[in-house]
Amino acid sequence: MLKQLVFIIVLLLTISVFAFTIRRIAGFFRLTAPFPVSDWGRRIQIMLKVAIGQSRIFRFPVTGLLHALVFWGFLVITLGSIEMVIDGVSGLERSMAFTGWFYDFVMASGDIMAYVIMASILFFMVRRIFGAVKRFGGIEMQKKSKWDAVIALLIIFMLMVSLAGINITYVRLHPNDYEGVFPLSAIVGERLSATVYQLHAWHEIWWWMHILLIFAFANILPYSKHFHVFTSVPNVFLSRLEPLGYLPNMESVTKEVRMMMDPATAFAAAPEGEAAPVRFGVKDVEDVSWKNYLDSLACTECGRCTSVCPANITGKKLSPRKIFVDLRARMKEKGPGLLKDPNFDDGKSLVRDIITAEELWACTTCNACAQECPISINHPTLILDMRRYLVMEESAAPAALNTMFSNIENNGAPWQYPQDDRLKWAENL
Amino acid sequence: MEKISIPVMSDLAARGESPEYLFWVGCAGAFDERYQKVTRAFVKLLHHAGVSYGLLGKEETCTGDPARRAGNEMLFQMQALTVIETLKAYNVTKIITCCPHCFNTFKNEYPDLGGHYEVVHHSQFLRKLVDEGRLKADPSVFSDKTIVFHDPCYLGRGNGEYASPRAVIAALRSKTTEMPRTRSKALCCGAGGAQMFKEAEPGNREVNAERTEEVLATGADIVATACPFCMTMLTDGIKFRDKQERVKNYDIAELLVQSLGL
Repeated sequence: MLKQLVFIIVLLLTISVFAFTIRRIAGFFRLTAPFPVSDWGRRIQIMLKVAIGQSRIFRFPVTGLLHALVFWGFLVITLGSIEMVIDGVSGLERSMAFTGWFYDFVMASGDIMAYVIMASILFFMVRRIFGAVKRFGGIEMQKKSKWDAVIALLIIFMLMVSLAGINITYVRLHPNDYEGVFPLSAIVGERLSATVYQLHAWHEIWWWMHILLIFAFANILPYSKHFHVFTSVPNVFLSRLEPLGYLPNMESVTKEVRMMMDPATAFAAAPEGEAAPVRFGVKDVEDVSWKNYLDSLACTECGRCTSVCPANITGKKLSPRKIFVDLRARMKEKGPGLLKDPNFDDGKSLVRDIITAEELWACTTCNACAQECPISINHPTLILDMRRYLVMEESAAPAALNTMFSNIENNGAPWQYPQDDRLKWAENL
Repeated sequence: MEKISIPVMSDLAARGESPEYLFWVGCAGAFDERYQKVTRAFVKLLHHAGVSYGLLGKEETCTGDPARRAGNEMLFQMQALTVIETLKAYNVTKIITCCPHCFNTFKNEYPDLGGHYEVVHHSQFLRKLVDEGRLKADPSVFSDKTIVFHDPCYLGRGNGEYASPRAVIAALRSKTTEMPRTRSKALCCGAGGAQMFKEAEPGNREVNAERTEEVLATGADIVATACPFCMTMLTDGIKFRDKQERVKNYDIAELLVQSLGL
């Protein structure tokens, strides 16, 4: 009874803290611009392939496989965790055992995966701490990012150790009548010498350690890059469906251009009551779409994007990962003020103060970053929206690009050649 | 070979003819000295295969793509809406172009502004002509050469087209090789996103130098491209390394013309 009571109090505490955090983050979404979502059927397919099937992550084969094993392992182990919560609240033991073969399947795969995940995490930890993986570095990566990663790995490792501990002690305590199947823990358990009293004590210790770690982890996640555990699957569901080469149209501009090109309206005053768009392009967090912001929350800082960026490879300042790391940090900085006062201004802006024009102009829009991102973040579109701000609001394109613009305006080509020469290539053919 | 007369849309319309395809030459195809040769090669192939096509000639203008990628949405849309009007006047429904940037803009971005066309990149069109037996390459011309293909971003990653240019090259019966970074992992030539028209930001090397190294490391005799900007960047990169005698840079259309002896 006491155990049940303690469990329920801890559970309620966990849920409240989690709800508080999520409410705070959800509030920031209110500040962002719309992003229409349709075509649910295709989205489900993409989610199954890219998120559940981990197709993108396999583009880096070795770490990709290990990540996929951890992910798939978590899927089955989470089912076991749900049972543990039900057990904890109800005071029952193995409350889901009545599901028969399904229970055996979930327990058996969870048991095997616990050891597989342990091995994978050990590899990841050694690589994080001692390995010189280039993409884990970069101007946007602070010391904090490294420890953030190591702590999360450590928690996952201990989650798996405690799960194995639960399984081993459970099998040993009920050698002839235990529920479920635990292929690896049964073998390990046989080699263990312990008294019944010790087994009981350790079973309780591992059980509580496991459940408390889950609760702690859930509340640490939203403050770390490992928030992707929650955000990446929906982020993949919300993937852009158009080919990577596509850039979204700016409807607000279309309206103006059509009016300019139509002789009937070209010289008329703007119609009454139609407010001009707030701003062309993206200057700060209030201009991004809610999908851009979700991208920033889902970014795991793995750096695959930056590692394939031609600008970054050749020493330019641009790092596609930094764009989203900066967006997330900037929302945390400016969001609370904006929620209190929509006109809040701290004298800074995302573009210029945090992301420089130099970074934005280095992008070749080659889409290597978007192609590589395991959770379907589209970096070039946001970079372009920032360029749109620079050009259309500040008229701050590099001089050579301004020349290109005037060539197109004057002679219909990015270079300064007369339109009449367009067939010169065909002479003496 | 007999003289080719170029079918211009306004002349065709005056004669009451309307060709099946519009060949969109593109600004590089019209003005870039090196890429003019590609345009000439492609036109030779169109004539050789007896394709019904026309081009806009002096009525052609920029699709607006470089302006859009440089953030000037206003200029892009003015160009796009103008082009859409011109194409409407000639009832254009099918467009072929050698430029992956024009291809991407017509195919993916004009629909948002009311321009709906069947858009074909010249690599796709040439593949079709080869498959149909309308262009028969001489297998001896390139038999002792090794060709490596550089994927243009807006053809490959941008639109998922990796197979067609390789199918055209396969028809040449040359030896082929691949760079380590190829297909969806291909490295950009450095010219995309309006970089073609400006100096690069400070760094420790140029993107085209990085890509050229990779080309040279394959030991191929020919690097084939299918994009005017990639051609400029790789040609410059090869010249910069002073390797223009050893490695040649050709568009796939030029390779077909050489193979056909046109």
